[in-house]
Amino acid sequence: MPVVQITRHLYRFFPQLENQTITVPAGSVAEVLRAVNAIAPGFTDYVLDEQGALRRHVNLSINETVVIDRKSLSDQVPDDGTVFIFQALSGG
Amino acid sequence: MILLGTRKGIVILDRTGSGWRPRPIEQAGIPVCYAARDPRDGTLWASLDHGHWGPKLARSRDGGVSWEDVTSLKYPEGARYIVKVLPTPDFDPAAPSAQPEYANASVLKIWAMAFGPANQPGRIYAGTIPGGLFISDDGGDSWELNRPLWNHESRGGDLFAGDATSENRWHGTPASIDYGVFEPGIHSIMVDPRNADHVRVAVSTAGVIESTDGGRTWASRNRGVLNDYMPEPESEWGHDPHFVTACPAQPDHLWQQNHCGVFYSDDAAQHWKKVSVPTSGVHFGFPIAADAKDGRTAWVVPARADSARMAIDGGLFVARTRDGGQSWQAFRKGLPQAHAYDIVLRHGLDVAGDRLCFGSSTGNAYVSEDRGESWQCLGNHFPPIYSVRFG
Repeated sequence: MPVVQITRHLYRFFPQLENQTITVPAGSVAEVLRAVNAIAPGFTDYVLDEQGALRRHVNLSINETVVIDRKSLSDQVPDDGTVFIFQALSGG
Repeated sequence: MILLGTRKGIVILDRTGSGWRPRPIEQAGIPVCYAARDPRDGTLWASLDHGHWGPKLARSRDGGVSWEDVTSLKYPEGARYIVKVLPTPDFDPAAPSAQPEYANASVLKIWAMAFGPANQPGRIYAGTIPGGLFISDDGGDSWELNRPLWNHESRGGDLFAGDATSENRWHGTPASIDYGVFEPGIHSIMVDPRNADHVRVAVSTAGVIESTDGGRTWASRNRGVLNDYMPEPESEWGHDPHFVTACPAQPDHLWQQNHCGVFYSDDAAQHWKKVSVPTSGVHFGFPIAADAKDGRTAWVVPARADSARMAIDGGLFVARTRDGGQSWQAFRKGLPQAHAYDIVLRHGLDVAGDRLCFGSSTGNAYVSEDRGESWQCLGNHFPPIYSVRFG
């Protein structure tokens, strides 16, 4: 089962995800995020906009490959893959 | 209380025997572009302008002790707009527009909130970039886009039904550029205390728009407003109000701090009159506040227009009129008069009775207990202040 690792920043809003290994069924990135949302309701409201696209300052990679399809999130996450969700914003 | 919406959270100041005392910051680290207290039930509201996680509302029903995020304010499926492009040096406004480009709408910023009258206890309004007015009738649990305004013919018609049937005459606001677009935003919402169906909004960059039937139909209310930098200054659309407000006791008296000056209406926004006096410094700025009782009295915090956008000649002052803008009096007592580079943003000034407060993007906040004539400093080290509201 794929593992999802999220920036610590998101634990502020979803403390139930802290101190655990998040595992979800393999599938597309969109399906993986929906599975995380089932564990932590509201999660997708933070990383996706209402069109289902990754928010502008959120990056997501499957292992070391940053996904290019940020709109429909169609990339497939392999069973042994890890999805990383991290933030990308500069300045203070 | 005073609520400061700042770049690093909400600062609430309480009135104590020895003056105003700030509490530790709430929502620490999260930009808060607007914060206000619902006078009907005391709920505190904050518009969170998350850099990463998208705009959210947060509310506190225990006076600011605990907060919950409200994530239900979203554009419905099928909500689209005609994309506006930031004019570049080679932009030709007279050139025939190419085929319109459409985009699906997402909330980019929840810029302003307003609360309904006492006889509409759950009614709350929220204005957004990219130019949608949202209405809740259950205290903010659920929200609905006001479609008549979103589908207005001045924006291209009903894009839910198909492609544009008219030209999009709303322009973008530079305030949207941080979100990677150049789209309009609703920053002012006024509900007539005499008639809950009478609502006005102000849009950058479109102007003032009014509904007298509870939001079923909308019409421009920009007659008399002059947009100096456009080819047709008296155009029906494309105006740049920075903030618009009405006198609560005399709601037919409205005040507008516009990019192109200060405007006043004493006939319910049927006509506006430019009341700037540039020689006294009253011309450019962002916020404006109207007196609670006297429709002819208002305050502004003037700034040097418009490429500088800071205090004039290094001295900060507040100007007040009591005669509908015919004359303005500048008040400087208690405000820095040298090396001040503050700019007070559009929601950064508020009035409650004889008391006024403003905060600047430099993190300075001042309060007046005597109708703006003298000022005391509340602090010089707040984060950049986006909004100031009495609660």
